[in-house]
Amino acid sequence: MTGSRFFPLAVLAAAVVLVQAVASLADRNQYLTQLTMAGYYSLPILGLTLLMGYAGQVSIGHAGFFAIGGYVSGFLTTYNLAERANEGWVRAAGGLGLLVAGQDVFGSPSLVVRPWPACIAALLMAALVAYVIGKPVLRLKGHLLAMATLGFGTIVYRWVLGSSLLGAADGISDIPAFPLVPGLVVSGRSAVRVSNYYLAWGLVLFTLLLLGNLVRSRVGRALRAIHGAEDAATASGIDTQDAKLRMFVLSAILAALGGVFLTHYNGGIGPSEASIMKSVRMVAIVAIGGMANLWGALAMGVLLNFLSLRGSFGVYDDAVFGVILLGIMLFAPQGLLRPELLRRLLRLLPRGAKGEPT
Amino acid sequence: MTPDLLLQYLVAGVTYGAIYAIVAIGFGIVYNATGIINFAQGEFVMLGGMIAVSLQEVLPLPVAMLLAVLATMGVGALVEILFIRWLDRPTVLRMIVITIGLSIGIRELALLVWGEGVRSLPYFTGNAITVLSFGDVHVSPQVLWVLGTVAVIVLFLMLFFGRTRLGRQMRACAANQDAARLCGIDAKGMVTLSFVLAAGIGALAGCVVSPITYVQYDSGTNLAIKGFTVAVLGGLGNSAAALGGGLILGVLESLSIVVLPAAYKDVLAIAILLIILVFRPAGVFGNAATARLEEQA
Repeated sequence: MTGSRFFPLAVLAAAVVLVQAVASLADRNQYLTQLTMAGYYSLPILGLTLLMGYAGQVSIGHAGFFAIGGYVSGFLTTYNLAERANEGWVRAAGGLGLLVAGQDVFGSPSLVVRPWPACIAALLMAALVAYVIGKPVLRLKGHLLAMATLGFGTIVYRWVLGSSLLGAADGISDIPAFPLVPGLVVSGRSAVRVSNYYLAWGLVLFTLLLLGNLVRSRVGRALRAIHGAEDAATASGIDTQDAKLRMFVLSAILAALGGVFLTHYNGGIGPSEASIMKSVRMVAIVAIGGMANLWGALAMGVLLNFLSLRGSFGVYDDAVFGVILLGIMLFAPQGLLRPELLRRLLRLLPRGAKGEPT
Repeated sequence: MTPDLLLQYLVAGVTYGAIYAIVAIGFGIVYNATGIINFAQGEFVMLGGMIAVSLQEVLPLPVAMLLAVLATMGVGALVEILFIRWLDRPTVLRMIVITIGLSIGIRELALLVWGEGVRSLPYFTGNAITVLSFGDVHVSPQVLWVLGTVAVIVLFLMLFFGRTRLGRQMRACAANQDAARLCGIDAKGMVTLSFVLAAGIGALAGCVVSPITYVQYDSGTNLAIKGFTVAVLGGLGNSAAALGGGLILGVLESLSIVVLPAAYKDVLAIAILLIILVFRPAGVFGNAATARLEEQA
């Protein structure tokens, strides 16, 4: 039982190593950069798969949580507290070792929050916002839930776009690298490209393991019951509101985690990360992966984000995701990656051959 | 704030609010016929404005507007026939995603055709600085065009749904599609008609308002959120209540400039939307259709 559970993860881990080896041997290490970014973009998608596919709750605002993660961590690690160094709370934070002193690009003294506490603050912030928003909003269903989450996403977008503290339309740049443990630093420098690639994919594997276990557990069964018939689930003694809220918060934390790591990796973040189109992309990827299919969502997420990051879609970038969304929902609402579809295709082949005039 | 300025803000708010009301009414027409919230409703407004701007370069303004409205109605019909009609009892989640996909598709097509530029029709009478003065309040004649057009649309819809045979057939389908079909009403045709009607009024509103608000390939999304806020505020399916809700939202937004930075103006509508959804999901004016919206999983 446990063997079969870990088998796909082992295959993925092997594939991750294989891709790195091939890329390095072929001297194409630049692909690893996009694969690293695609890995970080997969985290919100996996969380959303749990929320949409398993619990059946739509969210068109998850880029908002991604952006909250990136912006909070980015802001804290760049906002200079040097001039407030004598204020009580700054000194207290410094005493706890949360701050790091240094010099900014002009050589003036700088005092900013260390990446670790900034990262934790970002995740807590995302969890708190998800709880406060999710508690009332998850009572809604269907169109109203869709519009409410869309509204939330738009508020985050407008806020980061309008706030001069967060760099308005330019976003935050010069965000420092994130030294995770000695010897492992989240940074986009080409010298640490390979270790960052393994870091991102290690995180993806760990998330898959965690969510895979969750889906198989009592919680996962409760979520599927909610998706199937919420009233029946309530009647069976499931605290449906609580279960939905937990999933919402969990998916928000995962989205924020992706945001934090990608922001330190890129060294910057802009308002476009919070745009509604980014949220819609996540929904599109979950849909094409088959809604309640972590592996499908991961595969599609990596494929589409990789192509998008490489610029393969050109000016049609957003259009591609729109068309995918439409096509999948019209013709294959269960997603592309499912065994039945393959079987049906295979069944079509011989019949098509027989139907041909001889 | 001086009373004069306050009145100016009120006029601006009422103008925008009237357009939000038209979007909300469009949501309502389609929702009542299909049970679908058409997320692409804002794109109809954008299309109306964009097409009219392009056509008026070679045609007289009224003809360009008429053709733009007809073309958008055609797009509405096409959307229903190609993407909605043949689906067999789709889930709400599926319909939400499909109409969002449609709105992205239309927006991206508009981007390809018209580019990112901001466009507008010329003022119908006078120009950008022409004003009509009523005592201390100075109003652009275009504002009167907008308000007049919206009033005509609302009146037309009231007469259409109340007095005409076709309008009553549409209402019958909204009330009970099976029963309507048994009475010999072409229920599928009525659904198509609802998209055509919603597209038509949206496009007309997009034309008259474009000299004031301008139109861009992506102006639809914002309008859709505002329109939905109004629909939730006033309830779906009641034109007069939608008008009331639209005016309230428009005026609130316009007055918010006093306390909020202009960059956050759009946040207000969404905040109102979230507050209503959380506390009064049945709509402020208490409406059965919105309550039904909540019931659907």
